[in-house]
Amino acid sequence: MLSIKNLQVSINGKLILKDLDLEVKEGEVHAIMGPNGSGKSTLASVVAGRDTFDIDKGEILYRDQNLMDMNPETRAREGIFMGFQYPVEIPGVSIANFMRTAINEKRKHLGLEPLSGAEFLKLMEEKKKLVDIQSKLTNRSVNEGFSGGEKKKNEIFQMALLEPRLAILDETDSGLDIDALKVVANGVNKLRRKDNATIVITHYQRLLDYIIPDYVHVLYEGRIVKSGGKELALELESKGYDWVKKEAGAQIQG
Amino acid sequence: MEEKNKNNHILDEVTGSEYKYGFYTDIEADQAPKGLNEDTVRFISAKKNEPEFMLEFRLKAFRHWKTLKEPDWAHVDYPPIDYQDIIYFSAPRKKPQYESLDEVDPELLETFDKLGIPLEEQKMLAGVAVDAVMDSVSVATTFRETLAEKGIIFCSFSEAVQKHPDLVKKYLGTVVPYTDNFFAALNCAVFSDGSFVYIPKGVKCPLELSTYFRINAANTGQFERTLIVAEEGSYVSYMEGCTAPMRDENQLHAAIVEIIAHKDAEVKYSTVQNWWPGDKHGKGGVYNFVTKRGICEGDNSKISWTQVETGSAITWKYPSLILKGNNTTGEFYSVAVTNNMQQADTGTKMIHLGKNTRSTIISKGISAGRSNNSYRGLVKTTRNAENARNFSQCDSLLLGDQCGAHTFPYLEVGNRSSVVEHEATTSKISEDQLFYCLQRGIDMESAIGLIVNGYAKEVLSKLPMEFAVEAQKLLSISLEGSVG
Ligand SMILES: Nc1ncnc2c1ncn2[C@@H]1O[C@H](COP(=O)(O)OP(=O)(O)OP(=O)(O)O)[C@@H](O)[C@H]1O
Ligand SMILES: [Mg+2]
Repeated sequence: MLSIKNLQVSINGKLILKDLDLEVKEGEVHAIMGPNGSGKSTLASVVAGRDTFDIDKGEILYRDQNLMDMNPETRAREGIFMGFQYPVEIPGVSIANFMRTAINEKRKHLGLEPLSGAEFLKLMEEKKKLVDIQSKLTNRSVNEGFSGGEKKKNEIFQMALLEPRLAILDETDSGLDIDALKVVANGVNKLRRKDNATIVITHYQRLLDYIIPDYVHVLYEGRIVKSGGKELALELESKGYDWVKKEAGAQIQG
Repeated sequence: MEEKNKNNHILDEVTGSEYKYGFYTDIEADQAPKGLNEDTVRFISAKKNEPEFMLEFRLKAFRHWKTLKEPDWAHVDYPPIDYQDIIYFSAPRKKPQYESLDEVDPELLETFDKLGIPLEEQKMLAGVAVDAVMDSVSVATTFRETLAEKGIIFCSFSEAVQKHPDLVKKYLGTVVPYTDNFFAALNCAVFSDGSFVYIPKGVKCPLELSTYFRINAANTGQFERTLIVAEEGSYVSYMEGCTAPMRDENQLHAAIVEIIAHKDAEVKYSTVQNWWPGDKHGKGGVYNFVTKRGICEGDNSKISWTQVETGSAITWKYPSLILKGNNTTGEFYSVAVTNNMQQADTGTKMIHLGKNTRSTIISKGISAGRSNNSYRGLVKTTRNAENARNFSQCDSLLLGDQCGAHTFPYLEVGNRSSVVEHEATTSKISEDQLFYCLQRGIDMESAIGLIVNGYAKEVLSKLPMEFAVEAQKLLSISLEGSVG
């Protein structure tokens, strides 16, 4: 589904991602972990199409299409979803209005009729249950005055509405209490299908108790320095990043 | 040349004889000759078959206008206007300009479509002959009958002058005197037509006075006048203007609006203006110099004002409210968009004269392209206006970094018990907001539309329903191509 090869990304001449390879297949869940500033969010943004970054070399294929040729809105309509680490506020725009616009743009792209107001409301009710989001939240402006946890839940709610093929969740678990964490994980699991894939970026192995990953990758200084199964997360939890850093240092020098 | 001679000849006739009511009905010329002098004023009045008091009013205004200089203090820039190079009166076009929509500028039609204006209405606005299918006359007639049952008068200004001269005489120029300013004086001298609304005592107008107006909105003149009178305890919601882009070969527009609310009356005045702003370089746009004012004359009366403004090359506009009665309320909600080379110098004045008067001003400016948007607000409480309260909030939203927004608040507080609060913010649409929308599959233009409408929501929500929807689309369209 997603195939990243030899990717190098910089911003203002500063190298952020180096020689990065990542292969994600349908039905898989990948977890990306790594210390602060290692480039996790950058990777997510580049896949989503943020143009503040320079792509120096490498390629990103998504369902055999070259992503570099696709603008961010087309990527979204083709099924790429990014759960933001810091969701922004859009004052005065209700979630309902925002999401109805988003869904209908996507439907137009796919050659489908737009959803009517009633159809959309029905869909929204259905998805609200899935992520256990409070009714009154959807009448409010997008993220405006939301608590940290509410913002994250709102990201999952939007994901549920858009039913992406590839979801990249950037620290969607950060700042959640344990119940909210379960809700978020539950949402992801319920939406999991054979033909879609999820990348979860996280600092905490506890999320991976609920969302069982097929692969865990460690990103360090812009490279994936270690990949493994879900045990890797447990190992990181007990040992910290120091040993990976050391290993990586040896690798880079060697 | 021949045309001119003919006109001069007519003018000689007109001015050479003594003016008498109803005498000059058979003047043939459709246009006044270029230029402005007393003869032009007499010609217009005669053409409109006006009673004596109207001619006097016009002449007084004209004589005063001659003593004035065009104001140059506003934050706008335009080449000098040659007032002698303007035709001040043309008879309304009777024949439609076009036979079918195929003949109309496709760009204009595209905009109509985006605004969701029904086909038949598009035809009217573009000046196309209307099918018999849509019986606009009968719509208007039913409308009028409903109003007439309640004693409400709603008609063109010219008609009011003919049928209700006493009312016109009583109120004309009482809120905006001809001495008010340069453009007001000009309008008083040469105004072409406009609307008149009269709501009798205790009557709540059962309809939004808007639909009818829209049907008749095309081809209003260059110098319009609106006069709204709400008698004791009455209520009316009046909407004027049009979301459809109004192109006009007349560059200069100077309108006057006067609103009078008597004791316990409430007037809700909404306006959407979308004059042709000119092309990207600012060529050919309309200059819109407007004086609009309402007075809460009687105790406990209320005037609520909502305006959405997206057009004009140059807008110079200071709607003001005078809170004369005790316990009166003035509200002013405004959204002004400037894009490309547009310049707007607008603002509002709230004059508190009565005790316990309350006013709220919410002004939202949106600037894009290389436009300039200035807001000037005057809040004044006089010595007698004990316990007056005002809250003003002026927000500016900038798109891109080539546009400008300027806020000039003027506060004059004349007594110790008044409280006047002013808040101002300037913000930009952030890259993060845009990317968030893009990532959800919403393209740049729609994203800007959403964000801008969200920003202006507080004001748009005050508009009558049907216009709120159109105004939302209008905001998005006005900003198309402004980013990216
Ligand atoms: N717009 C930018 N300008 C300059 N540097 C940037 C920019 N965006 C990211 N960086 C830098 O790139 C590096 C990687 O940042 P990124 O946000 O991808 O890290 P992260 O792994 O997501 O960290 P965290 O765990 O703290 O979220 C950091 O050093 C950061 O400062
Ligand atoms: Mg991050």
